[in-house]
Amino acid sequence: MGKSMEKSSKKITGAEILIRCLHEEQVEFVFGYPGGAVLHIYDAIFHQDKFKHILVRHEQAALHAADAYSRSTGKVGVALVTSGPGATNAVTGIATAYMDSIPMVIISGQVPTYAIGEDAFQECDTVGITRPCVKHNFLVKDVKDIAATMKKAFYVASSGRPGPVLVDIPKDITADLCQFDYPETVQMRSYNPVTKGHLGQIKKALKLLSEAKRPMVYSGGGVVLGDAAEHLIKLIQALGLPITSTLMGLGGFPASDKKFLGMLGMHGTYEANMAMQECDVLLAVGARFDDRVIGNTVDFLSKPRTIIHIDIDPASISKRVKIDVPIVGDVKSVLADMNELIATEKPQQNTVALNAWFEQIKTWRAKECMNFAQSDEFIKPQYVIQKLHEVTKGEAFVTSDVGQHQMWAAQYYKFDQPRRWINSGGLGTMGVGLPYAMGVQFAHPNAQVACVTGEGSIQMNIQELSTCAQYHLPIKVIMLNNRYLGMVRQWQEFFYENRYSESYMDSLPNFVKLAEAYGHVGMQITKPGDVEAALKEAFAMKSRFVFMDFITDQKENVFPMIQNGKGLSDMILAEDL
Amino acid sequence: MATQSARHIISLLMENESGALSRVAGLFSARGYNIESLTVAATEDQTLSRMTIVTTGSEAVIEQIIKQLNKLVDVVKVLDLNDGKFIERELMLVKVKATSAFREEMKRMCDIFRGRIIDVADGSFTIELTGSGNKLDAFIESLDKAAILETVRTGASGIGRGDRILKV
Repeated sequence: MGKSMEKSSKKITGAEILIRCLHEEQVEFVFGYPGGAVLHIYDAIFHQDKFKHILVRHEQAALHAADAYSRSTGKVGVALVTSGPGATNAVTGIATAYMDSIPMVIISGQVPTYAIGEDAFQECDTVGITRPCVKHNFLVKDVKDIAATMKKAFYVASSGRPGPVLVDIPKDITADLCQFDYPETVQMRSYNPVTKGHLGQIKKALKLLSEAKRPMVYSGGGVVLGDAAEHLIKLIQALGLPITSTLMGLGGFPASDKKFLGMLGMHGTYEANMAMQECDVLLAVGARFDDRVIGNTVDFLSKPRTIIHIDIDPASISKRVKIDVPIVGDVKSVLADMNELIATEKPQQNTVALNAWFEQIKTWRAKECMNFAQSDEFIKPQYVIQKLHEVTKGEAFVTSDVGQHQMWAAQYYKFDQPRRWINSGGLGTMGVGLPYAMGVQFAHPNAQVACVTGEGSIQMNIQELSTCAQYHLPIKVIMLNNRYLGMVRQWQEFFYENRYSESYMDSLPNFVKLAEAYGHVGMQITKPGDVEAALKEAFAMKSRFVFMDFITDQKENVFPMIQNGKGLSDMILAEDL
Repeated sequence: MATQSARHIISLLMENESGALSRVAGLFSARGYNIESLTVAATEDQTLSRMTIVTTGSEAVIEQIIKQLNKLVDVVKVLDLNDGKFIERELMLVKVKATSAFREEMKRMCDIFRGRIIDVADGSFTIELTGSGNKLDAFIESLDKAAILETVRTGASGIGRGDRILKV
């Protein structure tokens, strides 16, 4: 955007128009996979060099890579897939992005307009299939509509509460001719997202927070996605409040700061969950009170507290929990307004009560719930993450898959910066880790990128080792290999009397040889004493993709743990067992 | 949150585009909201569709429904008619048995409910009846079940009274 409007009387094909739209939007990477319905588009890509097309090995990975590109940069991620199976393979990636509010534009090919509805080869109702998992979608039926639709797609994806937008384009439309005229602005009478928060509500919130005896701040993914970390830090410092973060919000506030109580929720720290439960005024910032965070609502609401909720999405407010002071608006703008008010009004705080509250928090902290028993025999997965943090000086981009390793990465890699922790929080999609690492590495070619994964998750998109070889991506895979689907095994241990139904992984490949087969470096680490040296060795290979197979303690579980459906203060700690 | 469930009539204006109806219907099924009836047609402005949805739910659920509808990118305006005074009308066509002995009786019933007989055939009438959902229900209940051959209802349409106007 911001470039001069492209106008030309020359007619070009729909495919060329589409490419020009992507140029106008300053797209750097398109992650995709060709097929029949998008051949005209791929031919147009062949004739341009303004963006780079990344050829993945499965459409799902294209979506995840584009998603992670967006998560790590804040820009819109772009993916391109063909009709039918191309689109259905993309659905998991679209739903993953939708659940975590990631701005993306997905272009899918469709069979020619005259064949739609005839059960043509590689035909599916892409707009119908994706409708429940996109922010919006379009079927373009006329070449004249491509430019305006693309403009809308980028606008809708990136404004308000962000999300994926899909544009389905029939093949004949990409061959039809039209002049290219990219609209400079977009007006939609049906779509006007709120940005500024209501000042009266902000004042009310600030009054409540400053007068609170036991204030608590609960920060979510909205702080990261809304680029509001700086303003949040300022607020916390000005008022001296304790703060916790959801899985998606990690890095939105520095984990190394004393005010930070760690992550909350099902596998959150004792102090964070207790403070959430016992506070008298709660400020929720860009978070949505979901089941993995507050447990069941009855337990949560059994303690009286006043809740202030800042969110850009009105539908997120009072969805699970009734909110006392809703503030609908862009988190960054609302926090900036709040900080300005603090600077001008210098609110009086109840320092005596606040000090007593921090004393209480100190006693919860004294439980040291994140301690784990070290072993000389087995590699403890937590230890690997701690060492990863040390070796990368806490500056790496860390992607993860889904399961125990994800929780350990969240708990033990202390994120001090936003957009460094890339994982699937809402949908919980196994298989995202490796393609996420690809998307991040493309966006930050010189950064350290670590993919923390398990032997279960990695095999869900293992084919991408080939993509990593093609583009020489120096990703470091940190695989915590416990020969179990660990989180499933943990639940079976707690709730199914150790009946490990289908959670053991047999016939695993030799991951070292597998990595080598793709031209990568493979390492297997079996002794606790070798962990640190191996990590140093791997990260010293700055230009190589290194696959690290850590053979970890099979029996390790993630603690603390709130059992499904229980309340926040009902935690199982490692020391209880 | 309030748990008392009540019937609400929600009116909305949305872009008159293909797939618009399925976005709304899909939202209701995906989130487990009730739909008692749903009617839709283009307005005097052909670019807009007006939809009337009859649903039931607690205050909290209705609040979520309104918010979720507003969140749909194609939806221009949403109004919960129950927030103020409104008029509700529904059209029903009923085909009833009207054999010689009962023809007069059937006509009388129809008159009492201010219906109109719009088709007369050997042994049957088709009656057109307009009113609130309750009125149509009452008419059906007042008929001998065995006399009803077929019914078709449009679902409710609603409009605010006086100055309550839903327009872009």
